[in-house]
Amino acid sequence: MSGTRFSFKRLWAVVVKEFIQMRRDRLTFGMMVGIPLMQLMLFGFAINSDPKHLPTAIIVQDHSPFSRTFIWGLRNSRYFDLVEVADSEAEVQFLLDEGEVQFVIHIPEDFSRQLIRGERPKLLLQADATDPAATGNAIAAINTLVTTVFDRDLKGPLQKLRGRPGAAELQIHKHYNQEGKTQYNIVPGLMGVVLTMTMIVITALAITRERERGTMENLLATPARPAEVMFGKIIPYIMVGYIQTVLILLAAKFLFQVPMLGSIPLLLGLIILFIAANLAVGITFSTIAKNQLQAMQMSFFFFLPSILLSGFMFPFRGMPGWAQHIGSALPLTHFLRLVRGILLKGNGLAESVTHIWPIAIFVAVVMTIGIKRYRQTLD
Amino acid sequence: MESNEQIIAAAPPRDTELVIDVSGITKRFGAQTVVNGIGMHVRRGEIYGFLGPNGSGKTTFLRMLCGLLKPDAGKGTCLGYDILHQSDEIKKHVGYMTQKFSYYEDLNLEENLDFIARIYQVQNRRQAVKDSLEKLGLYARRKQLAGQLSGGWKQRLALAASLIHTPDLLLLDEPTAGVDPKARRDFWEEIHQLAAAGLTVLITTHYMDEAERCHRIAYLAYGNLLTSGTVEEVVTGAKLTTWEVAGPDLASLAGELRHKDGVTQVVAFGNTLHVSGEQETELRKAVEPWMKAPYRWKQVESSLEDVFISLMEQSQDNFK
Repeated sequence: MSGTRFSFKRLWAVVVKEFIQMRRDRLTFGMMVGIPLMQLMLFGFAINSDPKHLPTAIIVQDHSPFSRTFIWGLRNSRYFDLVEVADSEAEVQFLLDEGEVQFVIHIPEDFSRQLIRGERPKLLLQADATDPAATGNAIAAINTLVTTVFDRDLKGPLQKLRGRPGAAELQIHKHYNQEGKTQYNIVPGLMGVVLTMTMIVITALAITRERERGTMENLLATPARPAEVMFGKIIPYIMVGYIQTVLILLAAKFLFQVPMLGSIPLLLGLIILFIAANLAVGITFSTIAKNQLQAMQMSFFFFLPSILLSGFMFPFRGMPGWAQHIGSALPLTHFLRLVRGILLKGNGLAESVTHIWPIAIFVAVVMTIGIKRYRQTLD
Repeated sequence: MESNEQIIAAAPPRDTELVIDVSGITKRFGAQTVVNGIGMHVRRGEIYGFLGPNGSGKTTFLRMLCGLLKPDAGKGTCLGYDILHQSDEIKKHVGYMTQKFSYYEDLNLEENLDFIARIYQVQNRRQAVKDSLEKLGLYARRKQLAGQLSGGWKQRLALAASLIHTPDLLLLDEPTAGVDPKARRDFWEEIHQLAAAGLTVLITTHYMDEAERCHRIAYLAYGNLLTSGTVEEVVTGAKLTTWEVAGPDLASLAGELRHKDGVTQVVAFGNTLHVSGEQETELRKAVEPWMKAPYRWKQVESSLEDVFISLMEQSQDNFK
């Protein structure tokens, strides 16, 4: 047995010392306050599991009062934002592949004539169902709309067409994920999330560790140039990133039976850009952080919005404008669209370009900051 | 503060080629001037000792020489390259051993040396690494992780690594701190052999015995160069007179003497006191009243340590 008893004075001594150290480490203290605030903002304001104002293209081949009523009804539902009104199908199919629109609605020729005849003409809704959560409520809304919206116009002898089953019929084509399986959406997305998490943390720690252990001073005294040190540190982790990618792809194929419509070599080729983006973030963090703990916290600070605002967990289009803008700056957002596009939609290089250049810009900007901040001298 | 140039007359030349030739080197961190207008001439094959209290600017000066820091003022060359604009060239030919062990603790000795050799693009790398391990007696331990080494072995590894690219100038920042006397002696043996072969060595230290092993020394305090030259030049240049006194209750005697005019310092040396002053006659006058039994007085030659402590105290007066 120890001879000394528990002393509140000694306990207090430790408490005081901890507070002093906490106050000294400004960045850690900032993160302790900043991370909960950010979570509050993101969960409280940005996330919305009932996305509205989904971009929709409409093909109108029957210009009639009924079509106008229908379009008016769509707008009023607040679920659909008509971003494109076209006359033919060819003009809008590309938009669905690229992910520019969530829905394509088709009002066929002879729609009003068939409606008046009581033949219950078909309205065609094509939905990008890669993320079932993003489309569910909108589809429910349009179903109701189709059964009731024409009632207003059905007057006089047409009154008998009112009520169920409705004057027109809605035919829904779910594209890319017909079964509405969330795994199909989550598993490819997970590739992006795993890469973001490990690549940023590992590289952020890599240079910070050199500084913390004093080996940086030595490295700076050698003729090694900043770019040599940075790329030298990045390349091994690019390989690690590829191993992770292959593991997830194998699991996606054999464990979750995720459809893989597009070209896997294309995906593996483009993924290097995304890996580079994350490594650039990690390296830049490591030039700012003074110790490994700070590097971890900064990584987390980046990871949190990445996972919440990118469309991985919650539908991107359900978020308010400001959150979508932040999300659009993040490489994960574009990578998710890229990988889902290739795997689930079978996109090729042409349809992928819209998601490639934002990542490329991100890499260029962050890498420049990183190399500028990695100082060759100790000042 | 003005950049006052401080170059002090040098020892007779061994070799006229100047490896380090800088003047007016100044570095400020914020409002604080850490290195204040220092000039230095070091010749090829010389072991140049750099002394001074903690925080006197020694490390900062070394870092400026090898391009880790940019001087705020001053000019000069290191190995013939401009220290302001050719730090990349300087880095290739300088070996720098940092104060803190700065190799990879999770790599073994061989891997550490191999890494450094690759960075410096050493020819016949494998052979160079093997030679280096053998020469420093590290070959048997080459598979040991650097983190598991004791202080003395870490120091040997650091020396081996900073020599792997056969530099022309070796900068050593307190290389023997925390190393046992035997290892220190071996270390100095090695340094002298290297210098004899033409390597120039600039070394910072706090040990007087090490200062005396240098060809020339310089003393820095609060960023100012106070003196430089050979050990004898520094000691005679200080014009310090020292008396050694033995007897009872030296602690209270020290207390009384310390405040006398003419006494610059009173330092305990074992069972004696060293009482020093800059003016021989004034010192004599000050200590006269105690020059009787039970005290025994003897005039001694001032040691380097006496000189340094006196310089340090003067500089405190001047620069505080």
